[in-house]
Amino acid sequence: MTTKKGNAMAEAQGPTRPLSPHLQIYRWQMTMVSSILTRITGNALIVGVVLGVWWLMAAAIGPGYFNFVNAIATSWFGDLVFTLSAWAVWYHYLAGLRHLYFDAGHGLDVATAEKLGWACVIGSVVLTVITLIIV
Amino acid sequence: MRYLTDRKRAERKGASGTGTEHQWYMQVSAVALAFLVPTFLIVFGRALGGTRDQVIATFANPWVAILTGMVLFVSMQHFHRGARMMIEDYTHGSTRKGLIMLAISVAYTVIAMGAYALVKIAV
Repeated sequence: MTTKKGNAMAEAQGPTRPLSPHLQIYRWQMTMVSSILTRITGNALIVGVVLGVWWLMAAAIGPGYFNFVNAIATSWFGDLVFTLSAWAVWYHYLAGLRHLYFDAGHGLDVATAEKLGWACVIGSVVLTVITLIIV
Repeated sequence: MRYLTDRKRAERKGASGTGTEHQWYMQVSAVALAFLVPTFLIVFGRALGGTRDQVIATFANPWVAILTGMVLFVSMQHFHRGARMMIEDYTHGSTRKGLIMLAISVAYTVIAMGAYALVKIAV
């Protein structure tokens, strides 16, 4: 409402409750970052799974089709998808263990929850590097 | 106006009508995947980049085939439930219904593709 009359109307019925937080200036916290990353990694993993299962199906079907899909799966694009998927699966893995720990009623105080968030982020990078070395 | 009290609505299986079924399934599948996924990552990672004969030899192994089948089935069950949570948080109405159906369809398509591949390689 931009008119004076409109403002008066709005003020008359104006909310006394707090308004929504401004997301642009909202302070990022470990607990929210770790939660958002859990959702993003979990859902994004479908990309790697689809590429992987398509590649396996191509191997089952025949040499010509395998060459076509294998070229995609082992290209820079495939390497990018599978490397990011390796990190995503390890992050989601550790975050999932953390959720099981939370669900059992442990580690819910802020200090511990923040430490566990950092453990997931750092641990997932370490496990990804180890995985890439092994395979 | 609804005459049901909050207490009454929360009794038995609550407003969702399914109680803690979703939460419980996610916990069970998470523990299953925690056991299955690390081995699968190594097997898959090593097979990737090999020739077709090497790939077939890897997945023709009965234990690898069973592991792969279980990872695909359990992970896709876990995926479509998790994706549904995200869809329900951000969308409404027909868009929500359509996206949930899409997530479930993708999950079962992946399972079917994997099953076809594993059976064809095994026989």
